[in-house]
Amino acid sequence: MNNEQLKEKIQSIDSTINIVEGKQYLELNVVAENLSKTALMLKNNADLSFDYLICLTGNDLPDAYSVVYHLESTKHNHLVVLKVKADSRENPVLDTVSNIWITADFHEREVYDLIGITFTNHPDMRRIFLDEEDWIGYPLRKDYTDNNIITR
Amino acid sequence: MENIITNNSIQQEEYIVNMGPQHPSTHGVLRLKISLKGETVENIEPHCGYIHRGIEKMCERLTYQQIIHLTDRLDYLSAHTNNEAVCLLVENALQIEVPERVKYIRTILDELTRLASHQLWWCAFGMDLGALTTYFYGLRDREKILDIFEETTGARLLQSFNVPGGLMNDIHPNFIGRVKEFITYFRKKLPEYDELLTGNVILKERTTDIGLLTLEEAINYGVTGPSGRASGFACDVRKHHPYSAYDKVEFKEILYTKGDSFHRYKARVEEMWESMKILEQLIDNIPEGDYAVKMKPIIKLPEGEYYQRVEAARGEFGVYVLSTGEKYPYRVKFRSPNFSNLSAINKLGAGHKIADLVAIGGSLDLVIPDIDR
Amino acid sequence: MAFDIYDFTSFNQTIDKALYDNLPPILAMLTEMVIIGVVFLLFYALVGLFLVYAERKVCAFIQNRVGPNRVGPYGIFQTFADFIKLLMKELIPINKADKILFNLAPFIVIIASFMAIAAIPFGKGLHAIDLNVGIFYVMAVSSLGVVGILLAGWSSNNKYSLIGAMRSGAQIVSYELSVGLSMVTMVILAGSMQLSEIVEAQRNGWFIFTGHVPAFIAFVIFLIASTAETNRGPFDLAEAESELTAGFHTEYSGIKFAFFFLAEYMNMFIVASIAATIFWGGWMPLHIPGWEGFNIVMDYIPPFFWYMGKTLVVIFLMMWFKWTFPRLRIDQLLKLEWKYLLPINLFNIILMALIVLMGWHF
Repeated sequence: MNNEQLKEKIQSIDSTINIVEGKQYLELNVVAENLSKTALMLKNNADLSFDYLICLTGNDLPDAYSVVYHLESTKHNHLVVLKVKADSRENPVLDTVSNIWITADFHEREVYDLIGITFTNHPDMRRIFLDEEDWIGYPLRKDYTDNNIITR
Repeated sequence: MENIITNNSIQQEEYIVNMGPQHPSTHGVLRLKISLKGETVENIEPHCGYIHRGIEKMCERLTYQQIIHLTDRLDYLSAHTNNEAVCLLVENALQIEVPERVKYIRTILDELTRLASHQLWWCAFGMDLGALTTYFYGLRDREKILDIFEETTGARLLQSFNVPGGLMNDIHPNFIGRVKEFITYFRKKLPEYDELLTGNVILKERTTDIGLLTLEEAINYGVTGPSGRASGFACDVRKHHPYSAYDKVEFKEILYTKGDSFHRYKARVEEMWESMKILEQLIDNIPEGDYAVKMKPIIKLPEGEYYQRVEAARGEFGVYVLSTGEKYPYRVKFRSPNFSNLSAINKLGAGHKIADLVAIGGSLDLVIPDIDR
Repeated sequence: MAFDIYDFTSFNQTIDKALYDNLPPILAMLTEMVIIGVVFLLFYALVGLFLVYAERKVCAFIQNRVGPNRVGPYGIFQTFADFIKLLMKELIPINKADKILFNLAPFIVIIASFMAIAAIPFGKGLHAIDLNVGIFYVMAVSSLGVVGILLAGWSSNNKYSLIGAMRSGAQIVSYELSVGLSMVTMVILAGSMQLSEIVEAQRNGWFIFTGHVPAFIAFVIFLIASTAETNRGPFDLAEAESELTAGFHTEYSGIKFAFFFLAEYMNMFIVASIAATIFWGGWMPLHIPGWEGFNIVMDYIPPFFWYMGKTLVVIFLMMWFKWTFPRLRIDQLLKLEWKYLLPINLFNIILMALIVLMGWHF
């Protein structure tokens, strides 16, 4: 399916999703509480079947912490970007998608480690790179400071 | 450490062995915490981060030209391919059309990188299984490629030869001749690999039906590259989302259905043949022209998000850039193939013997700096 | 026969007689023991060093390399330099190791291999002890080494060592059977367990030729099983480098490591000697019935060279295995022994017995 058809198709299933034509791919913006539901729909709908989670990125945007999911369908060869913002800035929490795409297991742990977004229902929510016990702070946050960091 | 031993060995009757961070078969500082029952592996828990350098954070303070040099340090065996991902991203974002010559040279260097990487993998895989001689045969041939790299790019491993808009320099006058020479040489030598290892009964016994990964699991775990294609996952970016000169060449995407260690091995060996086919198609047809387009000294990407995928030697490598229109990116994320491939190791290894785990680790061809970033 | 000029029996008897004539019997016996001990120790050390050098050169040859070439001509002093290095290296004490057993283990391994070498005939009359159950003795003594390996693995208090030692235990106990049974096959043909008599019996042709099919099968099985028994080649699971770092000797350093290292090479030398002795006629020159001139020329080559040559050929074969094949897995290793080698071996013994009974051998 091309982007036009994809947009129509997704809109017909769930009209609450805010679909934007991005620079490269179709971008679906969902609110945090609908994440699980939308992700499940994207994977299980026979016409969409986004079964391959390419990349999961955590962002520290000026207004909120967000996660970007790059999804591809190996069957239909189309690609969308799913975006979700965590509601709270102090305690960012999102639903896990690791039960839908297992690869998200490690990627979400990485996001938790470096950005500090907690994923609920994740089977093993621990830091993956940094030390669980003695590392303070989340390095990829914009307000993170460290004496050794490169300054502009 | 004391606690771990008492807790696990006595109370839970588990035998915990740390494979790594310093261990001959992890090819780097990866630590696998393995629960054993006898010799059988019950559970594998990867502990990463021993060489986490915070490259993504560093990228936020660097210009796009500088970022390229850091991508070398991810998967150092596909340095050129990683460079190319950033360059393609910048070029696509600025909508710059690079000369045909650049595309051809980039593709040739890509395939040479892939060949060199697969050769080193073959060496190390044989060594993981205890056949130490493979190491010297593989390195002997890899040396030829590194010499070609050295002559043209000035570096043997971390080339940083790509710049946004083209290449750092034009190719060396000897380049075409030496690549041709290498192809004729390696066409003779590659069957030796099969004679030494592929046809060996012990290798077949050690790898067949070990570490099975079905197609669904491969997709679900995001296992890409030759490892994924051994399970039948058609994930070759070169084929499905061609970049550079890949739309002008004909090659076969090596696909198997079984997804065991042997087919992951086979997929890589066959890919070496395909790489040589690609090289042969391109090397005589490099068009004349500039080796780079003139770029402004300060590159500013328009505001927005960009994602560029390329096929590195180990799978799909992706760069995600969030730009606010400044000369520094707001956020850079590298989708590294090894990170996703590693996540499947518990699925692959559990229930097999320790020796099989080593074979599985070898067949996944993990490069640790790429996992840790 | 012409090679009788190289007979050492009378030479030995002269020394023996001279000692007993001039000294009280106990002192004479002790002097003999010391002489033999010194000679064997020297031989042992030299062969060990030579084998390490040979392995490096053979391995380099197989791997397209040059091998050691800096210390002395063709690098022949490299192993001496390494040996001095190992002597001077610090013996790292392991805190939680069982000290006594940890220190004892390398000695058990090296003593076992040292004892086995006593019964091997290097030439006519050239052996320390000629037991009438020579083969049985060599087998029994060389399998003592596994005790040392098990102790080393257990006392190191290291998980890799323990796994390596357990693998080694399972492996040696299993392959001991095949080694023994393939020897038994040849004992049936020779009609004796005394090594000197076995060699004498091959005066008119080596057993591998006179025993034809079953002897050849026994030889192949012996080669596979003895490679496994010495923890070498594709069967080096006990020290599987890529899996268990260094297996049972992970925690050993300096001279204690050198002991394990030396014992491994000497065990290889011993099994190669046994193979050469019971299949290829030991020190017996190559005789082809009917070719009298040829046989006489062969006889003038000293038996010690015949013996060493044959042993080195077997050692080369074992090195060739090691540097070519990938390693087996523990269950495949045991499967190979219990499901293939053992039944073939038992069948082979019956075949050999039949051939000997019917007189179908040459």
